[in-house]
Amino acid sequence: MNDVISKVRTKTTVNRFNETTSDQTKGSLLNRPMATSSQMEQPDIASLTKQTRHDIPKNMPAAKMQIRDLSFYYGDFQALKNINIDIPDKKVTAFIGPSGCGKSTLLRTFNRMYDLYPGMRAEGTINLDGNNILGKDVDVNLLRAQVGMVFQKPTPFPMSIYDNVAFGVRLYEKLSKSELDHRVEWALKKSALWPEVKDKLKASGLSLSGGQQQRLCIARSVATKPEVLLLDEPTSALDPISTGAIEDLIEDLKQDYTIAIVTHNMQQAARVSDYTVYMYLGDMIEMGETDQIFTKPAQTATEDYITGRYG
Amino acid sequence: MMPANNATNTINAPLPVKTSFEGRYNKHLYNKRRWANKLGLGFAMSAMVFGLFWLFWILFTLFVEGFQGIVQLPVFTADTPPPMSAGGLRNAIVGSIMLAFSGLFIGAPIGLMTGIYLSEFSQGSMLGKVTRFLNDILLSAPSIVIGLFIYALMVKGQSFSGWAGALALALIVIPVVVRTTENMLNLVPNSIREAAYALGTPKWKMVTQVTIKAARAGLTTGVLLAFARITGETAPLLFTALNNQYFSTDMSQPIANLPNTIYQFAMSPYDNWHTLAWAAALLITTSVLVLNILARFIGGRSQSR
Repeated sequence: MNDVISKVRTKTTVNRFNETTSDQTKGSLLNRPMATSSQMEQPDIASLTKQTRHDIPKNMPAAKMQIRDLSFYYGDFQALKNINIDIPDKKVTAFIGPSGCGKSTLLRTFNRMYDLYPGMRAEGTINLDGNNILGKDVDVNLLRAQVGMVFQKPTPFPMSIYDNVAFGVRLYEKLSKSELDHRVEWALKKSALWPEVKDKLKASGLSLSGGQQQRLCIARSVATKPEVLLLDEPTSALDPISTGAIEDLIEDLKQDYTIAIVTHNMQQAARVSDYTVYMYLGDMIEMGETDQIFTKPAQTATEDYITGRYG
Repeated sequence: MMPANNATNTINAPLPVKTSFEGRYNKHLYNKRRWANKLGLGFAMSAMVFGLFWLFWILFTLFVEGFQGIVQLPVFTADTPPPMSAGGLRNAIVGSIMLAFSGLFIGAPIGLMTGIYLSEFSQGSMLGKVTRFLNDILLSAPSIVIGLFIYALMVKGQSFSGWAGALALALIVIPVVVRTTENMLNLVPNSIREAAYALGTPKWKMVTQVTIKAARAGLTTGVLLAFARITGETAPLLFTALNNQYFSTDMSQPIANLPNTIYQFAMSPYDNWHTLAWAAALLITTSVLVLNILARFIGGRSQSR
């Protein structure tokens, strides 16, 4: 039974992967059959070499965000250990890794979401366009207006579709009615929701389906025209069609935005991202171009994860 | 490597099941459970019938007696009469409405703001904990104690007044509204707050435009229930608003109200006062019922949305 499922899964993987990245000749590690029999063995310490700031690949393009020696603590527990990452400008960077490896935690430091909760603190620096956003004098509201975020579960506000999208815009911009209308329409078109809601902009955002709600949340984040867009498993609660729509959207959005996406779905990471970061138990194990990570990763731990040996 | 493989093999091995489910399951135990289930259901049903019986008896008597009064006497047009003469309840109805509304308008904003503070701003602070504890005490304080407190504060040495009554009612509204407001706001999922923050929303704007909107139906329900509660309160008015035989809308003087009229008239030996007391009781019960149904309607509509 198990074998059948894994075979089917592998097969579909191959097809989808080849469709989207047909220029790959070497063959992705995702094409290998999954090692299902020994999935339970998750090593406490994967075979890896610790990454320092000198290990950041030399061939990276200009970075929008530079994370340097970032450590993060939930009380006494250290969730991130000396992370060094460059997030390239106007590219999609995917964060992959098993549950609890710190991907979401890392993403939530980029807009200082952790500030909301006592007992959480970050050490090190995160430079956004050269300014350290972890500094004490940083206005987090302005930071969050620049660094948008979309969450795992759709979170529409209890107001109309129009007001949902306009909410963030109204906070920091003074637009006339027609300019605001235009902006809302633009954002809803960007998030591929416009055809479905253009006749019912006054309807409650809660009346939409799950996939539509998630695209509404993306429209809400896009409408404020942030410079960086953080996506925390944006499609994990969605059906395949909505997922496809959102992946197309990510492809489209990277013309204008720097995007960081956390995903549990490695096929998705391979499909949508330009760069991939693999994390494990609070360590950044490897980063590089997505093609390289998925074809010939430098570290065996990365290869083991991608081929499904654990995770 | 080996132990893991062994574990997998044990799990995958077929269970040694010899007979069908029919031959295998414990019939004795199953029958016992069925009987216990029937017994439990029977007790629950009889308890419900017992409770409803008294409730319906009370309501039935109230409606029969109260309707007689409403039909026979000019309840809404005449003021409370002297003994043995015809009259109505106009002054008491107007006084009760004034007292209840002013109590609500004093108490509800304070309660709402305190509830918002407790849920959104206190975040485990000492002040929050103390406020919550004191509110719980206030919530369970007997209403006559609140009446006595206002009596000592505003009436003793001065005079009975409508404002004292309104304040006593406000003190009953506050803890109810605080409790429901805090609970309703706590039901708003944190993810919505995070989503608002993620757009760069300042906290006060997040609270006023997102969480309060999300909990609006619940907050309205809480205020309505508190309103229903004070329409029937007698004890806090006994020492504060007292009662007034004449029509008066002056809140600085004693003011007529339905609960105290019932109290006074029902204890009297006069038949016409008895009839009026029944009519007043019916009026209060009906308004409480309507308010409760309204609260349920509003609260239920938000959940089904």
